[in-house]
Amino acid sequence: MTAAARPLIDIRDVRKQFRSRSGTFLEALSGTSLAVYANQFLCIVGPSGCGKSTLLRMIAGLETVSGGTIAIDGVPILGPRRDIGLVFQSPVLLPWRTILKNVLVPAEVLKLDSASAQKRAQDLLKLVGLDGFADRYPDELSGGMRQRAAIARALMHDPEILLMDEPFGSLDALTREAMNLELLRIWQASTKTVVLVTHSIEEALLLSDKVAVFAPRPGFVRELIDVPIARPRTAATRSDPIFIRLAERLRSYFEAGASA
Amino acid sequence: MNTRTAALLERYAPPILGGILILLVWEFLPPLFHVSKLLLPPPSAVVRSLWLIYDRGLLVENFVVTLAEALFGSATAIFFAFIVTRSLIIERTLMPYLVGLQALPKVALAPLIVVWVGIGIESKILIAAIISFFPVLINAIVGFSTVEAEKIDLMRSLVATRWQQFRIVIFPNSLPFIFAGLNVAIVLSITGALVGEFIGADRGLGNLLLQLNFNMDISGMFAVLTVLALLGIVLYALVRFLHVRFVFWAKPDNLRSGSN
Repeated sequence: MTAAARPLIDIRDVRKQFRSRSGTFLEALSGTSLAVYANQFLCIVGPSGCGKSTLLRMIAGLETVSGGTIAIDGVPILGPRRDIGLVFQSPVLLPWRTILKNVLVPAEVLKLDSASAQKRAQDLLKLVGLDGFADRYPDELSGGMRQRAAIARALMHDPEILLMDEPFGSLDALTREAMNLELLRIWQASTKTVVLVTHSIEEALLLSDKVAVFAPRPGFVRELIDVPIARPRTAATRSDPIFIRLAERLRSYFEAGASA
Repeated sequence: MNTRTAALLERYAPPILGGILILLVWEFLPPLFHVSKLLLPPPSAVVRSLWLIYDRGLLVENFVVTLAEALFGSATAIFFAFIVTRSLIIERTLMPYLVGLQALPKVALAPLIVVWVGIGIESKILIAAIISFFPVLINAIVGFSTVEAEKIDLMRSLVATRWQQFRIVIFPNSLPFIFAGLNVAIVLSITGALVGEFIGADRGLGNLLLQLNFNMDISGMFAVLTVLALLGIVLYALVRFLHVRFVFWAKPDNLRSGSN
């Protein structure tokens, strides 16, 4: 095997327990294994409470594992690392900073060269379609625009990996579909490894190379599905026969899961 | 007359005209009922006394001293709140005592502080500092500990140092709380300085007020009271100005329009 075959993110038999208030342990994730390869777009789909966000937080190093290992590029995760960009469900912009200064936060924390950081931030704002809004404040922007700014911020320090936790979950359906296509464009322009958590089957199929289907309580990977739909994908991809077939298959998992 | 002038008139004419009316009544009505000018001096006499005080150089000096007292007290409080909230152990150890001390009427400490520090400006600074300390401290502690968890997650994901977390997220986030404390503290600090001067001082407005009282110079006392009210208003306006300037983002749109 060549080195290229080694997964960039290697999740092996990871478990996560939370201690509830009554002192009993609550198992959020049990024996989860998943491999994400470089430049891959992987979506994690599952109903709420299946531990998918917890897994993302563990990859980001914000949460510890209760068992098993997560390694990035062969190095086990012990805490947050700077080659990861994070996008939350809400934009988490700082309301006292302009959009440009929000995007510059990672540069400030990582003490990047200010002149080139400014240039890069402007380029990123252009990439996410926010040029002209650099000096606006977050509360002057729509929900979709704020989430674009959050994506630009996550890309600021040019991380290898982009972790997105239901990034469009709080947007209306129309904005959400537009943002999905935007994200595809941005991803193709920046070639990152992306792990995106969602509970939308359509979103997962449209975006990803691979879909990991999670089953709930405790969560584990029930199925790993390849999405062999050619790129670049567009809005028309949703009516592709493969797309429709896979969507039906994915839906059947959740229906079966609900009745079980 | 355009609508703008009309709006200004509508807003400011009633209080100004009302004030003038009250002053006129105060000036000319008491003599008709043979009220002693010594007990209720007319506004013209108060203005004469006011000029006298200004002439003795007490106005500017006291303003600067009280401002320094309030700012010093508040700065100490913010620093202390930072220390307290940095560590759960320190917070748990100190909080009960801080709450207990807050219940103590701080002016009761004034005689002790005058004995310890002397009758100079230093003791007034200390008293005003102690009085303005608690509203700011308690508010800052609340502000520092009510940061959205995701904002901290964002900083953690970038491996930000504690100082960076504080400077970029926690401190700006707590400014609305700190200013709420400052609004209270700034007025309290004048009380502190005044009480300190009542107990022992060789100068200052409080000292002057006592002297005038001993001499039954009622119009002089009215003049000092006017100055104290003006001092309070000016300090409050200053805090208010800074508040709007730095916390524009936590306000509804009406304040934002001022900065655009």
